[in-house]
Amino acid sequence: MLAYALRRLLLALPLLLGITFVSFVVIHLAPGDPSELQSGDLSMQHSAQAYKQMREEYGLDKSLPVQYWNWLSRLVRLDFGRSFAPDGRPVLAKIGERLPITLLLNIVEMLIIVSLAVPIGVLSATRQYSTFDKITTIFVFVGFATPDFWLALLLMILFGVRLDWLPVSGLRSLNWEYLSFWRQQWDFLGHLALPILVATFGGLAGFSRYMRQSMLEVIRQDYIQSARAKGLAERVVVGKHALRNALLPIVTILGLSLPGLIGGSVIVEWIFAIPGMGQLMVQAAFERDYPVLMGNLVIVSTLTLTANLAADIAYSLVDPRIRVGRRRR
Amino acid sequence: MVKRLRRLGALITLVVVAGGCTGEAGGGAGERKTGAIVPANGDSLIEASIGNVSSLIPNITSDSASHEVGDLMYNGLVTLDRDLNVVGELAKSWKLAKDCLTLDFQLQPGVRWHDGKPMTAADVVFTWETTVNPKTPSPYKSDFQDVERVEAVGPHDVRVVYKRPYAKALLSWALPILPRHLLESYVKAGKIKEAPQNWTAPVGTGPYRFKEMKSGEKIVVVANPEYFKGRPHISRVVYRIIPSQATIFLEVKAKGVDVAGLTALQYKRQTEYPAFEKAYNKYRYPGAGYTYFGFNLKDPRFADRRVRLAFAHAINKQGLLDGVVLGLGRPATGSFRPGTWADNPAVKGIPYDLQRAQALLAEAGWKRTNGGLLEKDGKPFTFELLTNQGNDERKKIAEIIQASLRELGVTVEIRILEWAAFLKEHIKKRQFDAIVLGWGTGADPDQYVVWHSSQMGPDDLNHISYSNPEVDALLEAGRSSCHQAERVRFYHRLHQALADDQPVIFLYWRDALPVVSNRIFGIDPGPAGIKWNFTDWFVPKHLQRYTAG
Repeated sequence: MLAYALRRLLLALPLLLGITFVSFVVIHLAPGDPSELQSGDLSMQHSAQAYKQMREEYGLDKSLPVQYWNWLSRLVRLDFGRSFAPDGRPVLAKIGERLPITLLLNIVEMLIIVSLAVPIGVLSATRQYSTFDKITTIFVFVGFATPDFWLALLLMILFGVRLDWLPVSGLRSLNWEYLSFWRQQWDFLGHLALPILVATFGGLAGFSRYMRQSMLEVIRQDYIQSARAKGLAERVVVGKHALRNALLPIVTILGLSLPGLIGGSVIVEWIFAIPGMGQLMVQAAFERDYPVLMGNLVIVSTLTLTANLAADIAYSLVDPRIRVGRRRR
Repeated sequence: MVKRLRRLGALITLVVVAGGCTGEAGGGAGERKTGAIVPANGDSLIEASIGNVSSLIPNITSDSASHEVGDLMYNGLVTLDRDLNVVGELAKSWKLAKDCLTLDFQLQPGVRWHDGKPMTAADVVFTWETTVNPKTPSPYKSDFQDVERVEAVGPHDVRVVYKRPYAKALLSWALPILPRHLLESYVKAGKIKEAPQNWTAPVGTGPYRFKEMKSGEKIVVVANPEYFKGRPHISRVVYRIIPSQATIFLEVKAKGVDVAGLTALQYKRQTEYPAFEKAYNKYRYPGAGYTYFGFNLKDPRFADRRVRLAFAHAINKQGLLDGVVLGLGRPATGSFRPGTWADNPAVKGIPYDLQRAQALLAEAGWKRTNGGLLEKDGKPFTFELLTNQGNDERKKIAEIIQASLRELGVTVEIRILEWAAFLKEHIKKRQFDAIVLGWGTGADPDQYVVWHSSQMGPDDLNHISYSNPEVDALLEAGRSSCHQAERVRFYHRLHQALADDQPVIFLYWRDALPVVSNRIFGIDPGPAGIKWNFTDWFVPKHLQRYTAG
């Protein structure tokens, strides 16, 4: 097991290198150059001299391989560099201050999605073509098809403006510092309610359909038949024999969506004025802020590779066949 | 994009606006029944801002958000008053020598930095050194390229010596003065962005002191009780960064923000109900930027003045204004802000006249074919009109131009590009036929960098490659004189010359459309907009909403 994990880990390194190289090239292929986007693009102030100076400062006057080499040699010392945006702050500081809120939102969202999608999927599979199945099918597809921004605006108008139950946007009320500890948490929760609702509604469809599909396949298997023939209660047949097998593909999908946790939803963050990773990355892309883009990329690809590895290991834990198969080899 | 272009070229990005300013007061002072309207200290004001702040040292930024926050924390030697006149701020008085080569400032005595240290002439000298230091990424260097030296004559006396007369000399000293005792080591090392003042602990002399910043979320400043002009009334100002204009509007409706700019549609169609008018006062005044339809003058078709004039005659500017911004703006006759001293009111706009347009095109050799399309030497008149993504107004303008020119038999293809690519691949390389873009104007009318024939390099701003000896001469004269009475003549003539030549078709000046919560009093709208006397704004005691801070 350990040897397997180690071997996978070693193989991941050249892969990571490859990913960063290809991304570096692709990012630089986009037309535009941070030196001209800085300090007011078409500003009447900017002289040709200033552009030249900025290019030198950022090392943009060098060839692409040299730039990549410089970036890489800093990276191995864990120096992600400074942002090309006008604030010029360290990349890690910029990512670090935005990561927690995005992580929190996405983890809560994921937990809600999974805890709703699994029962929905199981119920609609075991009661295929029942009224419940039809209603949930319609519901999750409506959720899937509803544009985030539209739903967000409607909810903001209803709960924020008309009913005045929830804040429209942001993370904290302005008098937050003056509230008691529990009131602070309550206030924070109130601010997160709508963004989480919007994101969950959209994400529910995929997972519950996967779950339903996977469950449908499993309950048609012979061993389920025999479990029933043994006289086991339907609750045990579904809950124990079927569910455990049906969950396997879901684990893989979950593993693959781990890196997405730090990506952040651009639209939800944009509309609700939440300063998370999504906003940061879109802005970095518009500003051609290469260090921030690359920094994020390294983190995401490291996570993806780790998540893949973790999913494979989790697989072998959940599914005895994989473990046994390997031992035999 | 709107944010970006609003800040273009502003010499000092004070929210400077000109011309008549109308306040559409919903529930004015007279209608208040309870409590006296007397200035009182206290309350918080919450302002919504679309853009993020890029630094808390405004001297190294050019985005409007940084400057708006910076204006509350820093002072320049001079500033602009309600009617856009230059008045003293940190400078008690000044004297410009007859030959315009020496400028002497006497500073206000007893001004202190937020950390308690006295502000002196040495800080002024330091601010200049910082700006011209090649390692400082300041967009304001060109304002000081003609300065020979700046010296502290006494603790409160500064002398600036110019190599040659410079028109913007006085105004350029609206630059925020920086604290030498905190920044000197960072500036010397060329690392001003690494100073704590850049992001976490700015120190100025201004009416508000920095309290906290949550990146991408909000910035909070609090009243400076020791401000040399007296404590501002409003105790706390919160800038909330809300990137979506739709969200800002909903926050306004939910009374979550007190000051915000609206779009034309929101202003005209979505705020005309009693509850809104009871809660907010709406203001409207001409903004500092104009939108134009420009040509690549290297293209022989557009180098012909008759073609440009014909196009100008074919576009119904008032109709365009009504369609694009619901009439909330004014047709432009040139590039000087209407109502400022450089603007020449005698210049007339080019009337909408299709027959005249057709005649001009015929005169230039363009013939209509059987299909109704315009042709010259067997080639149809077809061109590509570029503009940037993310600006709905410009997209609509491009469509209106397309429809208008179709009447003349000209085929226009519209292409909308992402800003960075648009700039790098098309504007800088001069790879375009025609564009729809905007310019922001500063407090000074000098527009040398936009129209002068020497400014055609790839990084320069004469994108359209305009060259006109008369215009060149007027720009040079206007920029090297420092007497306004003399400059007026040059700029009035320049305005006429540009209107006659139509190097670009000037479309319109858009109005700024802010709303302010009507518990706030003391707003005196003028040519400079509403923010110029912010320290005088107040909320009467009985109307104060946020009392905790």
